[in-house]
Amino acid sequence: MNIHEYQAKEIFRKHGIEVPPGRVATTPEEAEAFAAEFGGTVVVKAQVHAGGRGKAGGVKLAATPAEARSAAEKILGMDIKGLTVEKVLVTPAEDIEHEAYVGAIVDRSTGAVVLMVSPEGGIDIEEVAAKTPELIFKESVDPRYGLLEHQAQRLGFKLYAGDAPRARQAAVIIQKLYTSMVDSGASLIEINPLITTASGEVKAIDAKMNIDDNELFRRKEIAELRDVQSEAKEEVAAREKDLTYIKLDGNVGCCVNGAGLAMATMDLVKFYGGEPANFLDIGGSSSPEKVVTALEIITSDPAVKSILFNIFGGITRCDDVANGIVEATSQFKLKVPITIRLTGTNEEEGVKILEGAGFSAMTDMDEAVQKAVDLATN
Amino acid sequence: MSIFADSSTRIVVQGITGRDGSFHTRQMMEYGSKVVAGVTPGKGGQSFEGVPVFDSVEEAVREEGATASVIYVPAAFAAAAVCEAADSGVKLIVAISEGIPVLDMLRAVRYVDDHGARLIGPNCPGLISPGQSKLGIIPGQIVEAGPIGVVSRSGTLTYEVVWKLTSAGLGQSSCIGIGGDPVIGTNFIDCLSAFEEDPQTEAIVLIGEIGGTDEQNAARFIKENLSKPVVGFVAGQTAPPGRRMGHAGAIISGSSGTAEEKISTFLENGVAVAERPADVPGLITKALHG
Repeated sequence: MNIHEYQAKEIFRKHGIEVPPGRVATTPEEAEAFAAEFGGTVVVKAQVHAGGRGKAGGVKLAATPAEARSAAEKILGMDIKGLTVEKVLVTPAEDIEHEAYVGAIVDRSTGAVVLMVSPEGGIDIEEVAAKTPELIFKESVDPRYGLLEHQAQRLGFKLYAGDAPRARQAAVIIQKLYTSMVDSGASLIEINPLITTASGEVKAIDAKMNIDDNELFRRKEIAELRDVQSEAKEEVAAREKDLTYIKLDGNVGCCVNGAGLAMATMDLVKFYGGEPANFLDIGGSSSPEKVVTALEIITSDPAVKSILFNIFGGITRCDDVANGIVEATSQFKLKVPITIRLTGTNEEEGVKILEGAGFSAMTDMDEAVQKAVDLATN
Repeated sequence: MSIFADSSTRIVVQGITGRDGSFHTRQMMEYGSKVVAGVTPGKGGQSFEGVPVFDSVEEAVREEGATASVIYVPAAFAAAAVCEAADSGVKLIVAISEGIPVLDMLRAVRYVDDHGARLIGPNCPGLISPGQSKLGIIPGQIVEAGPIGVVSRSGTLTYEVVWKLTSAGLGQSSCIGIGGDPVIGTNFIDCLSAFEEDPQTEAIVLIGEIGGTDEQNAARFIKENLSKPVVGFVAGQTAPPGRRMGHAGAIISGSSGTAEEKISTFLENGVAVAERPADVPGLITKALHG
């Protein structure tokens, strides 16, 4: 789960990381009022779950409340990578002398949390990493001990070599960042940039956190930060039933069990000349209700001309899926043809249930995909 | 032969009385797996399909000589179950459970390492050595004993490919799903090494997907260390680029993790790549017989 910058900053504040004050506005008028309240130049920043918002024009400097109003007018409602901006953060502009990068992530290849810093922070950090990897410094955290003090200190001095007071301030922030990550169940946490002001203060003027979805069941206060408004509607409905759905631009609606098979099915739809309308994984131990929801979501997309079920039963039982299809089609009539490929656990029961309700089932993936693509194009 | 598990493997099932656990334990037993005990804390003393149920893995090891554990317990308790299995002296732990917090797994993976055990998963279909033993949920009817080793990050996509191999008369030595979570125990390279040393295995199928650098690392490992031919497949060639938040992922791996990048790394390192799952058997046959 992604959370907004202003929410991540609130978590930082709770953990003692200094961040500038900020107010969240949903209208240009509010943005103007908040800018007047802060006085001086402010920054108006889109709060949206997409990277690259600065480059997309979602961050603007405003010298006066009137400018803040017009900046908010431009940013609110803006489309950034398919998501509409519903909120902006208004925050006083800082007197930036230096920008650094500090981040932490669960690194799959080492199976550890890795802290990363670079004295060359800012929006081009990925380029810095690609072209001058020697300017990225890392510390791997042993989960038995957590981030050790000397590791944080070492990173602080990599950021501000020759400036002990700033290096120590940075070390404290890095330590608190790690604590914020672990306490919130985050899989990624980032300050970019971590700035130094002319007076020598070190503070975080941006904040990013991705929360591990698997943590939400035991962290109610974090789960409540979810901003449903800022997510695609169908994706929200899918998630509530434990499905993963991503809308795409094609016309073959796909319903598959397992992410790998779902991707391979999409690839095959394309291979046979079609375009997938979505990625939809009904997951393991699927119940008939999940299948009903899946069909509701797929059929709510008017672009869908043909529906393809590709089920290879393992922990998912073919009879559950078959019951779900029968139940769904008794609740609402399908307006487009459906192609069902069913094989694996409880296959015979599943096929019997489908045939009893007037459906037919196929067993070969390539044949089913070809048929679904044909039905969508003719 | 096979890797990691064979007909002598004595299995304890953690979560044997749950919905998924009970269903799949029956399937494992029907396949011929030697399930010697079950564990459900609070249900010690009961029995399941004639197998004794204990409150702890330690008792299962002591009383029934369990050497491997298969875990079906809910996510909230699964990392603890993994650690309990390792602490009880079980040498192979197969964690089927999905939804385990990744920060919990970081600790559990270290713990398993420190206890000299092997963890497969979590969030995986487990492994099957055809004709010998099945630990997990890979459907028994799709496999057949033979010379092909299969290792995959996926679940159901593994079944698809294995079924295509079996249908083409290409049986398997062992099929292993290593799991799709960010932090897992056994990885591609561990499995490739084991298949290289297994006399029954003559060729290997590696099924990857987008994200991360595991496939690229495996490709380089294959070129340097493997004498047996490997056929690769990568799912997600048409997956759209995400609305990725933050830079840390790109900084740490220096990679975009796209299917295109993985496929070209395979090809550069002498690994044949199948365009569709249906093309895997043909490439394997070609690799075996030229």
